[in-house]
Amino acid sequence: MIPLSPLDLALAAALVLALAAVAWAGRLGVARGLLVAAARTAVQLLLVGLVLKVVFAQAGLGWVAALAALMLLLAGREVMARQGRRFRGPWGYALGTLSMFLSAFTVTVFALTVIIGSVPWYEPRYAIPLLGMLLGNTMNGVALGLDRVTAGAMAARAAIEARLALGARAAEAVAPLRREAVRAGLIPIVNAMSAAGIVSLPGMMTGQILAGTPPMEAVRYQVLIMFLIAAGTGFGTLAAVWLASRRLFDGRERLRLERLR
Amino acid sequence: MPEAKLEARGLSVRHVGPIGLRVPDGRCVGLTGPSGAGKTLLLRALADLEPHTGEVLLDGRRACAFRPHEWRRRVMWVPAEAGWWAETVGEHLEGADDALLARLGFGPEVRGWQVRRLSTGERQRLALARALARRPEVLLLDEPTAGLDAAARAAVESLLAGWLAPGRAILWVSHDLDQLGRVAAAAWALEGGRLAPLTGAVAWA
Repeated sequence: MIPLSPLDLALAAALVLALAAVAWAGRLGVARGLLVAAARTAVQLLLVGLVLKVVFAQAGLGWVAALAALMLLLAGREVMARQGRRFRGPWGYALGTLSMFLSAFTVTVFALTVIIGSVPWYEPRYAIPLLGMLLGNTMNGVALGLDRVTAGAMAARAAIEARLALGARAAEAVAPLRREAVRAGLIPIVNAMSAAGIVSLPGMMTGQILAGTPPMEAVRYQVLIMFLIAAGTGFGTLAAVWLASRRLFDGRERLRLERLR
Repeated sequence: MPEAKLEARGLSVRHVGPIGLRVPDGRCVGLTGPSGAGKTLLLRALADLEPHTGEVLLDGRRACAFRPHEWRRRVMWVPAEAGWWAETVGEHLEGADDALLARLGFGPEVRGWQVRRLSTGERQRLALARALARRPEVLLLDEPTAGLDAAARAAVESLLAGWLAPGRAILWVSHDLDQLGRVAAAAWALEGGRLAPLTGAVAWA
């Protein structure tokens, strides 16, 4: 692969600066946000690069686990921040984080040990990017699904309570909401799989091809990743929606919307 | 005095209570009171839809001896503004026969109607129909005729009077004292979180 010099990056940055200048001149109100986001990209990725350099050099399970835990906690925070309405107290954070842990970590470990068979199985060059892609996508699904459950419960309160009042089980009364929330969480990955290769070339495959991997090798990895993401997102969303919709009710199957903020 | 079909002992829910209340078997008891007094809250607590303290008993059996949905199927709250979970009326009317619908002024074709196109009065009567169709033992009625014209109101009152029988009971919330005089064997007013015999209730005693 042809290495990039700082000058090359500066040229790319000039394009963003030009865009910001146009936005500023046209008073579009996005110039500042654009520049901040661009600066964040550069700084955050640089830091991640440094961290990865260290972790790759150490290659110990402890380092990989620590980085994985940090990634999970940050993803959990992101999921919580994206909720219009979320559960009060520790559940607001724990629901999404627990769901992502259960699905993304399980799928990653399964892929590393059974499918890829890297040695050792936690080899950071495979483990960290894989977990990163899985967490990033699972996070989207979990955040969408959770948001749909909590916002939906507020909106459908009368309908849910009508069914409870008529003698329905809580699970029955909340079933349409669960279905809709799971669907909302899964739509992005379903769309991504449907459009892969037609509308856009997936990022990882593009990266591997740029790095000199033969296209068919890159394709195989991309298909693997897509399937892993679908499973991770799907099971993560299912877990989050299931946990959240249970948490909406108490032991006497009453709808407890005051648990949301 | 018949046995109590539904009984509350020391029932407290938020600012309401503690309340003791007996609804005798085969009877209708009226409940009135100013808006915001907590009448709906009380009905919701009786149906175990609202966290509360104290006891509610059906035929002398405590609510916690029933599974929650089985309690609510027996002690059924019919809210003033009912919620609907499906698009057509028929999807809500599981178990309702044509005779019941006819007594509330609907033909069988009502099953195909769109819920969102129903008038307030139609919603109210259909909410009652779907409750009766599920064969409750106690009805907790929250302003069941508030949106109805005189003819529909009379139809609902007569339907419910005919529904009452041994093994059944009604707690009827209304602002219309004349109505409570017609339908209820006794009536209470909820004010300041407490129940008091309704002024004039002597007439029913």
